[in-house]
This record gives sequence, C-alpha cells and structure tokens, in this order.
Amino acid sequence: MNSTFRALLGATALCAVGGAAAAQDPVTLTIATVNNGDMIRMQSLTQDFTDKNPNIALEWVTLEENILRERVTTDIATNGGQYDVLTIGTYEVPIWARQGWLTPLDDLPAEYDVDDLVPAVREALSVDGTLYAAPFYAESAMVMYRTDLAEAAGVTIPDNPTWTDIKAAAEAMTDKENEVYGICLRGKPGWGENMAFLTAMANSYGARWFDTDWNPQFDSPEWNEALTDYLTLMNEYGPPGASSNGFNENLSLFQQGKCGMWIDATVAASFVTDPEDSTVADSVGFAQFPNKEGVDNHGNWLWAWNLAIPASSQKQDAAKTFVAWATSKEYTDMVAEAEGWRAAPPGTRTSLYENPEYQEAAPFAAMTLNSINAADTQKSSVQDIPYTGGQFVAIPEFQGIGTMVGQTFSAALAGQMSAEDALASAQSATAREMARAGYPK
Amino acid sequence: MARAVSSRAKVGYTVAAWIVALLIFFPILYTIITSLKSEQEAIAGFDLIPSFTLESFRAVQTQNDYWKPFTNSVILSLGSTLLALIVAIPAAWAMAFSPTKRTKDILMWMLSTKMMPAVAVLVPIYLIFLRTGLMDTRIGLTVMLMLINLPIVVWMLYTYFREIPGEILEAARMDGATLRDEIVHVLTPMAVPGIASTLLLNVILAWNEAFWTIQLTTTNAAPLSAFIASFSSPQGLFWAKLSAASVLAIAPILILGWFSQKQLVRGLTFGAVK
Amino acid sequence: MATRQTASLARLMRAPAIILLLIWMIVPLGMTLYYSFLNYNLLNPAGTSWAGWFNYRYFYTDPAFFDAIRNTLVLVLGVLVITVVGGIAIALLIDKPIWGQGIVRILIISPFFVMPPVAALIWKNMIMHPSYGVFADLAQVLGMQPVDWFAQFPLTSIIVIVAWQWLPFATLILLTSLQSLDGEQMEAAEMDGASALSRFIHLTLPHMARAITVVILIQTIFLLGIYAEILVTTNGGPGNASTNLTYLIYRAARLNFDIGGAAAGGIIAVILANLVAIFLMRAVGKNLD
Repeated sequence: MNSTFRALLGATALCAVGGAAAAQDPVTLTIATVNNGDMIRMQSLTQDFTDKNPNIALEWVTLEENILRERVTTDIATNGGQYDVLTIGTYEVPIWARQGWLTPLDDLPAEYDVDDLVPAVREALSVDGTLYAAPFYAESAMVMYRTDLAEAAGVTIPDNPTWTDIKAAAEAMTDKENEVYGICLRGKPGWGENMAFLTAMANSYGARWFDTDWNPQFDSPEWNEALTDYLTLMNEYGPPGASSNGFNENLSLFQQGKCGMWIDATVAASFVTDPEDSTVADSVGFAQFPNKEGVDNHGNWLWAWNLAIPASSQKQDAAKTFVAWATSKEYTDMVAEAEGWRAAPPGTRTSLYENPEYQEAAPFAAMTLNSINAADTQKSSVQDIPYTGGQFVAIPEFQGIGTMVGQTFSAALAGQMSAEDALASAQSATAREMARAGYPK
Repeated sequence: MARAVSSRAKVGYTVAAWIVALLIFFPILYTIITSLKSEQEAIAGFDLIPSFTLESFRAVQTQNDYWKPFTNSVILSLGSTLLALIVAIPAAWAMAFSPTKRTKDILMWMLSTKMMPAVAVLVPIYLIFLRTGLMDTRIGLTVMLMLINLPIVVWMLYTYFREIPGEILEAARMDGATLRDEIVHVLTPMAVPGIASTLLLNVILAWNEAFWTIQLTTTNAAPLSAFIASFSSPQGLFWAKLSAASVLAIAPILILGWFSQKQLVRGLTFGAVK
Repeated sequence: MATRQTASLARLMRAPAIILLLIWMIVPLGMTLYYSFLNYNLLNPAGTSWAGWFNYRYFYTDPAFFDAIRNTLVLVLGVLVITVVGGIAIALLIDKPIWGQGIVRILIISPFFVMPPVAALIWKNMIMHPSYGVFADLAQVLGMQPVDWFAQFPLTSIIVIVAWQWLPFATLILLTSLQSLDGEQMEAAEMDGASALSRFIHLTLPHMARAITVVILIQTIFLLGIYAEILVTTNGGPGNASTNLTYLIYRAARLNFDIGGAAAGGIIAVILANLVAIFLMRAVGKNLD
C-alpha cells in the first residue's frame, strides 16, 4: 500500500511540474553544501527528489564551512557559474543579493507556502521585501543548563535570566575538582565563532558595533562592561583552554557533563538532548539568552543556513525545483518519518512548531521558537545603528574585521592582554579597516 | 658497513631507534586506532584498544563516495609527476653535466618561483582557469601541480646527477664510447635510482597538495584533499569519522611509501656508483 | 666536456623547464603586480579603481605586520633547527645496525605522507587538545594541569606540528647522504684514535654539508608559505601570536576578499622571501658546488 501511495504521489508531482519538465533535457545540478548534520541528511534523502524529477541529477560538493564560504564567494564574485545551488548563511544573503548575484525567489509555487516561513528568518533573507534564499534550518541562541547540577547547587535559572543570574549560577555550579565548570562559552577566534557570541552578548549589554557615522564603539562603557564580564565568567568558572573552544568543543564538553551552562546556538539543543551522543540528555533545561538588567535586548542572534541560486547558473528552473523541494513542509515530514521528529530541520517553518508531535519530541521547541522570534536583525542594538544583522554586522568587511577583533578578544581570554588593551586594539584596528573600505558611505 | 658491532651496542641502538620511531609514528597510529572506535569511544579518553568497529568507515563512505576522489588523486599525482620528470630530466642533466656560471643562479631562481604565496594569486589563476575552460578539469590541475613541483623535481634530480662521478664518463669515453653509448649504457643505469626516488617524493608532494586542488575543483576533478575538507570540523564532534576519512586519505600514499621505502632510501645512496 | 656541441645541446635540454617556469613566474607575478595597484574587493567589484601605492602602505602599516614577519622567521628557524638537528640525529641512529631497521625507517618517514590539513587536525584534536588530547591525558596521569597548547604556546605548537611533518624529509635526505659516506675513511680515522665526536665533526658533517644545504633551501621555501596548519589550529591567534606573513595575506584574500591588498602582500612576501634566499645562498650556497 505504501509503495502504491508513493507512486501516486510521484505521479501527481510529475503532473504538477507539467509538460515543460518532460520536454526538458536531463540536467545535472551542482550543489555546494556545508558538512553539517542536517545537510548530510538531506543528501541521503534525495532519492525522493530524483524520483519526482527524473530529468534532474544531483552532484554534491560538500565542504567544511570556511572552505565552502571561500569557494562559493570566489566563484560567485568572478561569475564562475560552477554551482547551481549554494548553501550560504544569513550573513551572505543580503550582501550578495544587493550585488545582483542571487536569483530572487519571488515565484515559488503556492504549495510552498512562503507565509509559513518564520517571519524573523524570512525578513533576514529578504532585501526590499524580495526573498533571495530559502532557509534550510535556522537558529537563535539560548542558555542550555544542567537541571541536575542547578538543583544540587541550589540555584534556579529563570526563563528570562539576567547576566547577574548567570554569574551566580555559574559560581554555584562550578566544581573544578570534578571537572565541572559553571559556564562554557565560545573563545575560539573568528567572526562566526567567539565574535558571534560576543556581539550578541554586547547587544544584550546595550552596546553597538558602530554609531550612525560608522565609528567603531569599542571604547564605549557598554563594550567594556560586556567584555570584562565575559572574561570574569570564563576565567573564574570556565573550562581550561577556553580560548580555543568553539561550538564543537563546547558541545562536546557539555555532552560529557563538564559544563553547568552553555550559551550557544539553539540547534545545539537537539544534540545535547540526544541520548545516543549525550551523557546528560535527560537533564537539560533551556532559558532565553540573558540580558543586562534594564536593557531590553536578548542578543538578537539569528542565523540560518539557506539554499540560494546564483544568477550565473544556467539551470535556474531545475535549481528552483530543488530548492523548493529541500525546504518544503513535505521534506520536514519526510525527515520526521525517516529519523523521528527530533531530527526535523528546526527554526524555519511556523507549522513545525504548531505540530503537536514535534512539540512532544523536542522539549526545546518552544524556547527555540521564542528565541528566534525575539531576534530582531533589523535593529540589533538598543542604540541607533546604521547596519543590519544580529550577531554580526551585515557588511562585506565584517568577516575580516570580526575575525581580527575576535583574535584580540581571544588573546584577552588567554591572558595575554587586558580587557582595556584588547578593546583599544580592536577600536583602532576596526577604525583602520573601515577607513580603508571607505566608510562612512 | 661491515664493521662488527657488539651486540650490546646493537640492543642499545635498537631500543633507542624504536622509541624514536614509535614516538614519531604515534599520531598516525592513534588516528588509525581512533578510526576503529565508535564516536563515544573516540572522545571518551585515552585508550589504545578500539572496539574494531568499521562503523565510521561505513559512515564516511555513505556520506561521500571515496573512489572518485581517490581516482582523481592517483591521476593528478602520477600525471603531474611524470610530466614534470619529462621536462626536468633533460634540464637537470644539462645543469649537472654541462654546468655554466649561471647554473646555480638558475636553480635558485627556479626555487624562487615557489615563493609567491598561493592565496595571493588565487583570483588571477581562478580567472584564467575559468576563461580557458580548465576549471574543474583533471588536465588543468595536472599542469598546475606539475608547475608547482617542477622546481623541486629539477633540484632533486640535479643533486642526484651531481653525485654521479665524472671519472666514469671519462673512462667510458676513453674506451671509445659515443655520446649515445654514454647516455644509454653508463649514465642512465646510474641515474635510475635517483629518478625513482624523485618520482616517489613528488607523487607524495602532489598527493598532499591541498590548496589548488580544493580551490580549482568542484566535482569532476576533486581529489582526496577535497574529500577530507568535507569531513573536517562539522557541526558536532565526529572524531572517529574524521579519523576514518583521514586514514582513507593518507592510506594509499602511506602504503606506497612503505613499499617503496627501500627505493626511497637506497635510491639516494648511489650504492652502484661505488 | 664543454665542447660547443654539448653546450648547445645542454641549452636545448634546459630550455623547456626554464621556459615553462618563466611563464609560470611571469603570468601570475604580472597579474599580481597589476592587482596590487588596484582597489579591488571581490565583494564589491563595481568599486574597483586605481590605488597607486595605497595597498602596499596599507599592508605594511598593518599592526600585525611586524609580528607576522617575526613569527614567520621564528617559524622557519624553529622548524629548520628541529628538523636538521633531529634529522641528523635520527639519520645517524637508523644508519646503525638495528633489529627491524626496515620497519623503523618506515615508521619514521610516515608523517611525510600525511596531508598538511590532516596533520593539523590530528594534532589539534587528538594530541594537543586540552581536554581530550593525549598530552592532556598524560599530564593527568602525571598529576599536572593539562596545558592548553594553542592558547599558551601557539607558535611553539605550530612549530612542533610542522617540524613533525618535515622531519622525515630531512631524515631521508640526510640518511641518503650518510650512506654514501666512505666507510674506509671512517675506519682509518677510528684507528688513528679519533673520538666519535671528532670523527662526526671532521668527517661526517662536512660530508653531509650538501645534503644539509638542500634540506635548508627546499624547506625554507616551503616553510615561508605555511598557512594551512595555522588556519586549522589557531586562526593566527590568540592576538597575532601565531600570525605569519602568509596567514596575513590569507586574511586579506580570503576573509576580507581584498584582492588588491592580498596582491600587495604577495609581492611583499616575494621580496622578503628573495632576501631570505639571497642570504641563504651567501651563507650556505657554496656547499652546492
């Protein structure tokens, strides 16, 4: 019965695509993708797509994040046309769309249901109201903590904690003798590593990267306070070697039960609650990204991995068919059927969060959606800013500047310079780069 | 080397040599061991005895086919080395046996073509490859790797050829050998070991090249360096999988190196000369 | 031997290699020179304009520039010292009669077969990681605090990794040279009562001079261009502690996508590398004769 149903489904899908597709020559799509679990899973599920679209073959180029970014950026900027579908982040989408490098996705079929996309994510992927990339999965940031350790230490972490709460909880949970550290945070330099966290943290302290004339603001008291508190937290309650810990390292520390709290991307929730990989799967609690008392800002972290079509691709129609398939509701259902609801790509569709089965299987669902919805990428600071982007600044220069500043802050974490020196050095280096890039524009 | 060595000294040398060898080899050994562990074991702490599961290898193969990049690696490294040898043997030969005042300068200049950092010339080269249709082709990358390694090939051959004593040539010439005899019967046999070890060394260098082979390929010509780049630092820690992928990427060249170790070492000894 | 006929034949034989390398040098160099005078950012191709010397000035005044030069030299020197001294020691050792000589040699040359990014990944994750690395486990067994290598000794850690990769190359070349050492001469010296040390200094070392020179020259060229290991392990940090010149160029080219700036950096790197090469040729070049 199942196979009949599937055949029927396939047949209708074929009909829907219509005579146009049937008349087409076979095409091969080259898809560049990042080697994250959700993307790897997509590759293993493409049988369904090729069944429905027998004239479209798929070739994959899977690379780790940094190399992928280098590769596709070079290619799209030189109009190379090596790829038909790109996996890119929320950082690239608006920048590349403004350059005219991406094909607008304003003609997706009705059954795709664009309005089902989580509004914050959709907004982050649109330029002047036009969608330029389809989100595959999305994340914000939140606090993940060990309910058992918190209980043993006699602290409660509220759903909307302040940094004072976090500091108190970190202190209470730290037990260095037994290799339990109150808090794990990113320290590894990189615009997408420690600077993602630190930018969000600074946002929640009321800081901003630039004032409205594009002057860097590292000399502001808000940045000073944020960085000083970060260093205090990490030096006193953090794990050893924190200055080389990124997402992966902290994930593993947390899974091994070495962290009391971990503030990071919401996608981590499904990893730390996975009984197969995590030794603490049963005792993880979630809370919103902290803020400083009196500052109405919870970091505004928003990231999504998206599928986009370069304007230089010769196979626009086939590429669109694929993008629509891979980010559709049906795809989510298919993942759920194959691997359970917990594995469904999170953060992109409202319907997923309304699904009782998902709510049941994913204890982190509500907090994830809250965090994503709370993220405002159009105005990430409580002060006036000339840029968009949440835990990053959506200008082409940010990768370089962010990484440079990240190195400085990482040096401060490693104890090689003081917070003041790090901020001063970040200030002058950023001012230098911005002047070179010709700001204010 | 026919000197008698007391067996006590031999025991001492043996112990010392084995300790050094195992220390140097340890990172590779540990990678092999880790590749045979499950992911949980891999991060569970130091343990030299894996559970001998092939789970990671299976996972690697399902995620990315191994054989296509493997074939590309073989073609690229062998092809570029052979091409380089064809060009380099005559050049090194001439420089070794008919040196001029400028030979040393030329040698140094050749090496200096490797001084430009690859990242600085990526965009020009990328554009050239796009315009000429060489992008993501084996032929384009083969030529590229040949050019990159050519200076090293010339250098190594030159040093080997220089070790061939001139007296032998003179002796042959006095026996009335023609230039052709000289090359075919006297020089070539003596040069073969050196050529063989140069070949091996450059196959290794080409195999390990991991910048251009990633930047100038997408699917058709991508070798094992790109294969590895699809396993390093994913979201989440997959050390067993990463180890398995690493083992797969280095195993062929490691095995080749092991089998030819005698040639690699002996080829350089010019035992025949003495 | 240098008859006119053989001389012209020799020229003919040299020509293909020289012409190929000439093209391979001039084309990228010419394009890089051209780009180095442009304001050319890959992410904003429309804004491309003539920059004059600005890119050079900008690269040179980078606050990390002198750190990078220093780190480059420390990295090259550090690796050279370890590989040459270690290579001589190991070559001497495995040249001695030992049981299992073949296997020992195989094990020792193995690191050379590992791709640089793989080597860096192995060392970073499995050996030097402060929580899961073998060194950390070892420290724990000895009752010490595990060392966070990449934060506390970033450049040293990278030197160790790179030296591990290049030690086999040096060992191999030096062993080769050692094996062509005249045994009789050695025995004669031994019978004359020369100590092992003086035999080593007066016979072995001079004999190995050319091999050592080759190792130094070839390795220097490769070591000046190291960046993959840095990228994988420390990203040049903390601060600029492990940023070398090539990594600085990498940062301009692949993070800022500043093609003009990277080109200027490339030209500066070529000039500096040439200075190093000229210095080396002065210092050790005569050994090549």
